[in-house]
Amino acid sequence: MTYARDVAALARKDLLLELRARETLPAMVLFVLSTLVAFRFALPGGGTERQTIGLLWVAILFTSLVGLTRAFVPEREQRVLDGLVLAPVDRSAIWFGKVTATLAFLVAAEVVALPAYALFFEGLTWETVAAVALADIGICAVGTILAAMAAAGRARELLFPLLFLPLSLPILVGGVGAGVGDDPARFLAFLGLYDAVFAILAWASFEYVVTE
Amino acid sequence: MIRARGLERRYGAKRVLRGLDLDVARGDFTVVTGSNGSGKTTLLRLVAGLASPTGGELSVDVDRAQLGFVGHESLVYRELTAIENLVLYARLYRVPEARERIGMLLERFGLWDARNERASTYSRGMLQRLALCRALLHEPSLLLLDEPYSGLDAEGAELLDRELAERRARATFLVATHDPERLASLATGALAL
Repeated sequence: MTYARDVAALARKDLLLELRARETLPAMVLFVLSTLVAFRFALPGGGTERQTIGLLWVAILFTSLVGLTRAFVPEREQRVLDGLVLAPVDRSAIWFGKVTATLAFLVAAEVVALPAYALFFEGLTWETVAAVALADIGICAVGTILAAMAAAGRARELLFPLLFLPLSLPILVGGVGAGVGDDPARFLAFLGLYDAVFAILAWASFEYVVTE
Repeated sequence: MIRARGLERRYGAKRVLRGLDLDVARGDFTVVTGSNGSGKTTLLRLVAGLASPTGGELSVDVDRAQLGFVGHESLVYRELTAIENLVLYARLYRVPEARERIGMLLERFGLWDARNERASTYSRGMLQRLALCRALLHEPSLLLLDEPYSGLDAEGAELLDRELAERRARATFLVATHDPERLASLATGALAL
């Protein structure tokens, strides 16, 4: 219960920071909309279902990159991470709070992006929506710990995508497979397994990332 | 409370601390002095657990919940107000009757009137006062203060003098400073790096 309260306090802080600064969510929404518009012009005939679903997933992945790159900016710029690390909380709560806030931003961007995709290309199936929901968890779980690692480095804008994109390839495979594959349930299960494995790994290893 | 033997810290090829021995007993007030780059900040970060030694031994017999740290940065979010920052830390430190305690500290450090302003609008001295409020919020038994007078005006420095004198009997202090004379009446020991 105490752990949940710590996570809630840390996530609330991130949401409040975003409410004040309005830097991350507007950037994500504008990015995903402009990407979908660009794709629409890149495929004048509308494209096949396989093509458009693939583009949707590319748009989602790169939109998450926009949000995750900024995930630890307040902590890095003002060195507040030291203050959080010193606090007598389980350090994984810092990761969990950040995942919760990042997930909220990504879902908010998708609330705009998915209807836009349906408008520009074709209707969404429940399998795709379920895959997006599952993928969001994996993206934020993995992306948050990698963002924390990259925040400590100098070439962080370069380092983060280099670390994140290879690890997110299974999400692309699972997401596209769930949308156009013959057996969506198998791909959804694959995404669920990815979430479970990587969330546990990230949760357990976050302490080593934020301490030397 | 703090025991170091042959403590060493390197950053790449640069050795910042070399073979440092240190004993700080409960209730001590130890002043750390030294020129820029002598390792004062590094020592405090090592004791706080924010960095790890690259050699030697270091034991700090105090729980994280009982440690108060003031470093070169205020460790507060600039887009949050003073109240919001302190409420966040009070939750993380599980401070009982947090609202009252936050109000008392803000009053004492002269920040009450600016409590609902974002920290980004604060001057350097106000940020330092807020950092002191943050560090004292949970009544720590070990205070690690790195240049605590930095940025404070005369009034702020006097406030801090009074605060340290008042807490002198119930906490242990390790204070890095360029002005050891100011703390001479409180100090029980000194370490020159």
